[in-house]
Amino acid sequence: MAGTPFDLQLLNFCAALLLLLSFAMLAQRRIVTLVNLLAIQGAVLLVATLLLAWRTGEHHLYLSAALTLALKVVFLPWILHRLIRRLQVYWDTEPLLNISGTMLIGLLVVVFAFGLAQPISALASTATRNAIGIAVAVILLSFVTMITRRKAMSQVVGFLSMENGLFFGAMSATYGMPMIVEFGVALDVLVAVLVLGIFFFQIREQFDSLDLHHLESLKESQPLYEAHYSVNETHSLDRSSLEGATHALQGDPARDPLDRR
Amino acid sequence: MEFLLLLSTPLFGALALGVFGARRWAPELNVVISLITFLAACALTARVVSEGPLVVAHEQFFIDPFNVFLVTLTAFVGLSTSLFSRPYMRVEMDHGRVSAPRLRLYHSMYQLFMTTMLIALTTNNMGLVWVAMEAATLSTVLLVTLYRTPASLEAGWKYFILCGVGIAQALFGTILLYFAAEKVLGAEGVTALLWTHLNAVKGQLEPTVLGLAFVFLLVGYGTKVGLAPLHNWLPDAHAEGPTPISAVLSGLLLNVAIYAVVRCKVLVEGSLHSQLPSQMLMSFGLLSVVLASFLLWRQRDIKRLFAYSSIEHMGIITFAFGMGGPVANFAALLHMTVHSLTKSAIFFAVGHAAQKAGSQLMENIRGLITLSPTIGWGLMMGSLAILGMPPFGVFASEFLILTTAMREQPWATPILLTALGVAFAAIFGRVQPMVFGETTAKRLPHPPALLPVFAHLALVLMLGIYVPPYLADWYRAAARLIGGQ
Repeated sequence: MAGTPFDLQLLNFCAALLLLLSFAMLAQRRIVTLVNLLAIQGAVLLVATLLLAWRTGEHHLYLSAALTLALKVVFLPWILHRLIRRLQVYWDTEPLLNISGTMLIGLLVVVFAFGLAQPISALASTATRNAIGIAVAVILLSFVTMITRRKAMSQVVGFLSMENGLFFGAMSATYGMPMIVEFGVALDVLVAVLVLGIFFFQIREQFDSLDLHHLESLKESQPLYEAHYSVNETHSLDRSSLEGATHALQGDPARDPLDRR
Repeated sequence: MEFLLLLSTPLFGALALGVFGARRWAPELNVVISLITFLAACALTARVVSEGPLVVAHEQFFIDPFNVFLVTLTAFVGLSTSLFSRPYMRVEMDHGRVSAPRLRLYHSMYQLFMTTMLIALTTNNMGLVWVAMEAATLSTVLLVTLYRTPASLEAGWKYFILCGVGIAQALFGTILLYFAAEKVLGAEGVTALLWTHLNAVKGQLEPTVLGLAFVFLLVGYGTKVGLAPLHNWLPDAHAEGPTPISAVLSGLLLNVAIYAVVRCKVLVEGSLHSQLPSQMLMSFGLLSVVLASFLLWRQRDIKRLFAYSSIEHMGIITFAFGMGGPVANFAALLHMTVHSLTKSAIFFAVGHAAQKAGSQLMENIRGLITLSPTIGWGLMMGSLAILGMPPFGVFASEFLILTTAMREQPWATPILLTALGVAFAAIFGRVQPMVFGETTAKRLPHPPALLPVFAHLALVLMLGIYVPPYLADWYRAAARLIGGQ
């Protein structure tokens, strides 16, 4: 890479790290580590954004770096860790495919991603155009992560990592989206995670597990649940579990919905 | 002014209902908010009709012939659904299926959902379209799981993940669109995602990038439309949530998603000068029609039945937009209107029917006509209307689509006709015993709201017999705007 300025080398290094982290996520089965990897991915993204902001002098990139720091490095990992502790889901079950098989698929996906990104990279005029392929690869690898996992929590980490990939893609292709859009996207991600938090408690309450194989009974034909509209259906909960989830997030053990069973 | 009222009413309504949503008068408040939104939409429409297209808030929002009628339609169905939800949710509370906090959540999210759809329709910024579409998903996820049954949780999870991943594809498509636009419109980033600006320069946008972007955008927003093979979430979300939500999901959200796809198609077609976008829309549309009409046979749950029917109709609309040209676009827009009105009317009737029978399974719903002739007839007329029986508006639009298909894409006509026939047999065969025969229904503690059902059906009937000239002009202007061919 002789002749490439140092900051650009650093940026490319960040891009490579992102790809590596995606592979690590693909292989990792411990959910706590998965969330940590997501946080590191966010941090690398932050560094890359700052470098790019410094290099190009685009002020809005500083803003989106601040957004990344607040949301992806601090808030999301914090809330995910909290959920993991509350719900006590530490390990994913055996993935649908074994690790080496997943890795092979991952490799193929990366090759495909670079092929897909080729025409875009060729047209881009940004300094980071080589990283577009990596961004696409991160998106597709997160996709694979989501497909091969059984636990709801790992799927969510995959989902968030996909969003990181998209963010990185926008950054390397066009130095970021217009600010109003970036704020909107960040808001959506934030709300999505909050909604999911509530949702996890609901799933947990109902099935006593976050394993998604419980959620496979609705098929294209013949719903298996007999008459889910029944009037005398009793709910064991007098309070909505929305409330329960909020209290649980606030750390009130007496009101933890899990304690009720 | 009207515009500000249109967006702020449901937004502040959502906040207010977040506080008072569990009060005894909350359903009435919900109706009042929807009414004000509808009046604002009418005023806005009147203004756009007299003064022409409107651009507001630093060009971030705009009203043109294409979206103005969808805004009015959305506000109207929002209003009638709130009327329907008033007795429906009270019965649900009496039956102990929803508690007070959940009712509050329901009311608040209902208005938030309306806000996001109105934003998605009126925004000029393709990025904001994405943000609003995602927000629409998020605001309805917790509504789908409102009953907390295992099935509803599964439906909610599927809805969240499939639509979330789908819409992430759309975000990538939007990034690519921005990437192409930035080259032409300058790197300022202020105007590069505005549809009006993009439309003005669509001929200069880089075709390779836009072609790639369209694939992602179609897959992304197509997931929300419920196009096969990305439709899995749709029947579950429709069947497991409360019926008013099924009505607005089917009647409104799918329309908004199609609207987003068509906006993208206009840009991409202008850049590509090829048949690719049209062909993709046609094949996705046709696949959805065929798949949905055959899957209709295998349903036992009445709400799932009509959810599959929605997939089928979304397929027809997508196919029509794919053919393009003034007639097919006109027909597709008309079909969007009548489908939305008819399908929400059907869901209103179905909701009350399921409450009366105490089950959503079709074999448990029998002889509605004996105990409540109005619900029975409402369901019967609605089903006939959605199946494309002559005096109703769906017939007019389907007829136009089929005749255009015969001229433009003759190969597709037999496929479409077969699918329509199969769907007819499936739905009519199920609805008939539910309406006639021995009854299983019982009385409800609150009188059902039947005005919305018949108001919608009357409108559909009117559109089948006579499209008012200003409405026809409107459709024509929108069809010209969408272009194609």
